[in-house]
Amino acid sequence: MNEFYEFLTGPALWAAFIIFIVGLSVRLTYLYGISKERDRVLYNHVNVKWAIRSIVHWLIPLGSVGLRNQPVFAIAFFLFHLCLLGVPIFLLAHNMLWQEAFGVGLPSLPDSIADALTVVFLLAAAVLLVRRIVRAEVRFLSTAWDYFLLILTSAPFVTGFLAYHQIGPYKLTMILHVLFAEILLVIIPFSKLGHIVLFFFARVSLGFEMGRRGARTW
Amino acid sequence: MSDALQKPINTKVIKELLDINDSARIRTWLSICASCGLCAESCLFYLAKNRDPKLSPAYKVRTTLKELYRRKGEVDREFLEKCYNIIWGECTVCRRCSLFCPFGIDISIMIATVRGICHSQGIAPAGLLKASDNYRASGNQMGMSKEDFVETCTWMAEETAEEMRGLEIPIDKQGARIMYTVNAREPMYYPQDIAMVAKIFTVAEEDWTMPSTGWDDTNLAMFAGDKALAGQIVKNMYTKALELGVQAIAITECGHAYRSALFEGPYMLGYRSGKPPLPIVHSVRLFYEYLRDGRIKIDPDKMLEEPVTYQDPCNVSRNGGLWEEGRAIMKYIAKDFREMTPNSIYNHCCGGGGGFIPMGAEFKKRRIESGRIKAEQIRATGAKIVISPCHNCFDQIKDLNTEYNLGVKVIQFKEVITEAMIIPEKFRPVDTDDEEAQD
Repeated sequence: MNEFYEFLTGPALWAAFIIFIVGLSVRLTYLYGISKERDRVLYNHVNVKWAIRSIVHWLIPLGSVGLRNQPVFAIAFFLFHLCLLGVPIFLLAHNMLWQEAFGVGLPSLPDSIADALTVVFLLAAAVLLVRRIVRAEVRFLSTAWDYFLLILTSAPFVTGFLAYHQIGPYKLTMILHVLFAEILLVIIPFSKLGHIVLFFFARVSLGFEMGRRGARTW
Repeated sequence: MSDALQKPINTKVIKELLDINDSARIRTWLSICASCGLCAESCLFYLAKNRDPKLSPAYKVRTTLKELYRRKGEVDREFLEKCYNIIWGECTVCRRCSLFCPFGIDISIMIATVRGICHSQGIAPAGLLKASDNYRASGNQMGMSKEDFVETCTWMAEETAEEMRGLEIPIDKQGARIMYTVNAREPMYYPQDIAMVAKIFTVAEEDWTMPSTGWDDTNLAMFAGDKALAGQIVKNMYTKALELGVQAIAITECGHAYRSALFEGPYMLGYRSGKPPLPIVHSVRLFYEYLRDGRIKIDPDKMLEEPVTYQDPCNVSRNGGLWEEGRAIMKYIAKDFREMTPNSIYNHCCGGGGGFIPMGAEFKKRRIESGRIKAEQIRATGAKIVISPCHNCFDQIKDLNTEYNLGVKVIQFKEVITEAMIIPEKFRPVDTDDEEAQD
């Protein structure tokens, strides 16, 4: 078990990060390549203001009418993303690992706050899951893959939470924690989760398209 | 549907079209949709049909374009006929969903792509194909000859000159400031529309002309998915305008004509810059400028007294950026203006857009069904008059008025402005009685 854990936190982690970064880069480079001839809209109507407005209105909570129409979902949706990015990056335990490996780390959140945010994340994820099941139009659109990705995204948080509180077999939860996180990193570039970067591309694209029409870009 | 020849499906052509349209945007849109369902509530078809989950925009694209890519174009007629029902029968390419999608996915572009694919196999609504034949033969959707068009303009000029001194309808005037283009319905069925606009131009002392060709600014081929013809239609207009050396092309009160001339046209023609060769201005903008600059003055006693509401045409407001201009005009002409909810950029399509009106009887039942949302919106305002600067909205709301007993009158801006504007002395007809008295 120890050896497996060593493997997961050693070579497997390296591999996961590399696949994550290279995967996303390749996807972006490919899209950039085909865009030059086929997406002239992106080059013909460039305007930073349109692009920024298009993005910002969908980053701030209730910043767009689509979100305001479903405020509970919108708040859950916002917290989900905020914690999903914030907790892993600013977790003290993670930063200590960076520190150990490279001698540099980011500022860290106090453990109590990270812990509370983990709970917030899990509640938000639960709202998203329940919404997916309860609302007919969302259930109808949802495939097994959609459920899988939502659960997979939550899995490192559940296991991380259990490990931190030393609930259950610690070694096993830690192994699962790292394993789920790595699977997630590897899947991101090749799935709808690619929106981690493509969100910006898609919003900029609509920004130019609507902006050139003199219309609202969000 | 067109009784299109039950010829086998040419998957090679479909593959080519899929390849041409395999852009970074479409690839991204198809792959990142998170199935969040936020688009559903934006769609009038979904709302009107008791929230049928099959009518969410995401689902419509998933079962058409995404499936085409998944199958790499290897589809049969049955599949394309299923697409036919969705892309023409359940979407007016109004673009409202794009504003409700966190990723701003442009469903309308993808629906238009599938329309192009179906069209390549002879699958398209008969009403639109008939219009295409007319465009090919005559350059306009009604199949009107150049002589008939010019004659109609001359007739209107003669008729109206009695009411307004100095009124002219110039044809092919070189170097005019604007070239005014119309919807072919106007010369065909509503020639008084041309007379009205001539009065407005006369009072505003506009330097304008009508072209004898390229005068039909509608583009039903764009809705039929016939990109080549759609491009040609726009080109006819551009070419004529350049030939006449005008400064801008003005578009009549028609929504999709504006979309075609200014925004889609350059891309349908493959212009690398994505821009038309000269400025394009919509009537709403033009009328607003006349009123703002005092070139047209409204007689306060002739302002509309009855409650008025404004039907924002999707292609004028949400997709044309002119929602504020429309409201500014209202301030000049209406005493009791009432907004629909929602309105402006978020206004619902009337249900007659995207080619629905000319698609005719085959689609009428659905058109009236999906128009229920608009009918309810209008009823809720309590308005007696609906103004809409779009021919398709106009027809649709007239139909809704009958079907849903709304008790409203549908009009366009030019009608109200013509009725209410102050005619300066120099344009008033010479009073013949007075003349006789002087004699």
